[in-house]
Amino acid sequence: MKILVTVKRVIDYNVQIRVKADGSGVETDNVKMSMNPPDENAIEEALRIKESGKADEVVIVSIGEDKAQETIRTALAMGADRGIHVKTSREIEPLAVAKILEKIVKKENPKIILLGKQAIDDDSNQTGQMLSAKLGWSQGTFASKIEVQDESVIITREIDEGLEKIKTTLPIVITCDLRLNEPRYASLPNIMKAKKKLIDSYTPEDLGVDVSQRIKQLKVDEPPKRTKGIMVADVAELVQKLKHEAKVI
Amino acid sequence: MRILVLAEHNNKELKSSTLSAITAASEIDENIEVIVIGSDCDKVNNKLKNVKLVKKIISVDNSKYVNPIAELISPIILSLSANYTHIMAPASTFGKNIMPRVAVLLDVAQVSDIIKIESSDTFVRPIYAGNALATVQSTDAKKIITIRPTSFDPASTEGGLAEIEQLDFSGDKSSTEFMNRDEKKSDRPELGTARVVISGGRGLGSAENFALLNDIADKLNAAVGASRAAVDAGYISNDSQVGQTGKVVVPDLYIAVGISGAIQHLAGMKESKIIVAINKDEEAPIFNVADYGLHGDLFDILPKLSSELDKLNTIQN
Repeated sequence: MKILVTVKRVIDYNVQIRVKADGSGVETDNVKMSMNPPDENAIEEALRIKESGKADEVVIVSIGEDKAQETIRTALAMGADRGIHVKTSREIEPLAVAKILEKIVKKENPKIILLGKQAIDDDSNQTGQMLSAKLGWSQGTFASKIEVQDESVIITREIDEGLEKIKTTLPIVITCDLRLNEPRYASLPNIMKAKKKLIDSYTPEDLGVDVSQRIKQLKVDEPPKRTKGIMVADVAELVQKLKHEAKVI
Repeated sequence: MRILVLAEHNNKELKSSTLSAITAASEIDENIEVIVIGSDCDKVNNKLKNVKLVKKIISVDNSKYVNPIAELISPIILSLSANYTHIMAPASTFGKNIMPRVAVLLDVAQVSDIIKIESSDTFVRPIYAGNALATVQSTDAKKIITIRPTSFDPASTEGGLAEIEQLDFSGDKSSTEFMNRDEKKSDRPELGTARVVISGGRGLGSAENFALLNDIADKLNAAVGASRAAVDAGYISNDSQVGQTGKVVVPDLYIAVGISGAIQHLAGMKESKIIVAINKDEEAPIFNVADYGLHGDLFDILPKLSSELDKLNTIQN
């Protein structure tokens, strides 16, 4: 059985982003880029399923500019078997991403597709659900536990009310929560090995997918800044301020 | 224009996120219909009936919809989609799970988690954990939108007289079966809508120590929240997580205890009216967004805060 895992190159989660002065977007020049955090959980889970003997290959897909290949290499260094890079010159929307992934799935025939539950740049939280609907496969979103049995999967989902458990069948699209597992670090020998692993390249045109934009970004603004307040000396002062100044208790 | 709002509920009670979605819809057009998909939902339908902004309620009531399985709900919405220009839902885990399925099958790019409506096709949504606000225009003929519930006041549930239309739907199937839900029941206000929230972070050190927060929460009628670090450490369950990948809260008063203030946490609470930070690290970034900061050991401060609140209550009584 094959597992497909998607990864996205995003601004590192520790970076305080800067909005461009002309409102055209967010500064990405000379900014540290990393793999989207829940995508690391997706890779880790795929590797664990493979290590348990239930899968024999883990294939990584990333869509983006040339440097997306670095993110694929990171995944290969963690232990994935090979990569697929779909090259685009600009950011594309989740709808187009889902269409590209559908084409890749038709070529690769995986049984399980693992994605991060959301990308921390555009925070859309759409791609996995779109891909599941498009393929007509089972859907398991926001997974914090995955138990693969023969032809079925039990998924624990993180929902607003707590945790929900569903049982469903393969093939399946699963989106991963950060609490799913603890992603491994790549060892030096594995980093060396990863350099020799194969990465296939396509363009959306090769796959026959129209990636034209449906949503126009008119402008990007900085949110209103909170001004730093005051330090209070003790609890009594805090309670007095909350009672008489802020009037919130 | 005609708008369909997907109701979030638990078969017995309507979630206030639905009322927020109705308010958001009303900023686009007054032609608003709500679809309730569930099992034995009379109470939910009757509540919605009283919402003045709602013209019609479409009730799809069948025991197979007792749990919101995305693969079962999305075909129902799809089957009705031709009648509407906009389909909207709350950007809760419920709405997030379902709406992209509807969007992709209509070949529409969904606009997620909007916080403001500029016009019928232009919306503002936070990106990068709320560190930037994007104004976006949808060019698709139909708009599929999820709204951030805390950014829209809940619609009033008085004075309405909407008709309820029963709809039978057949032809859907799903191999997904619901097993169980581990729902944390609490007498405290709901985290997403509470007027006061007190949240704990890694600084609390253990699940037992969260009891210190519970004590204060009871005195302030507050909900208890947490940072991701505290949830990851197992101090408290996932439904309490506030932040980029948890819940967004906008209370009148947010008290952050032992939370350093990572960007991802701030994403979930920085719109709060008043923020209080209690932390032993004077350099903690949480102090940069706090209206009132108190530097010190939380194990020393929390008991004192508890007794100061008692004093206050005694005076008031």
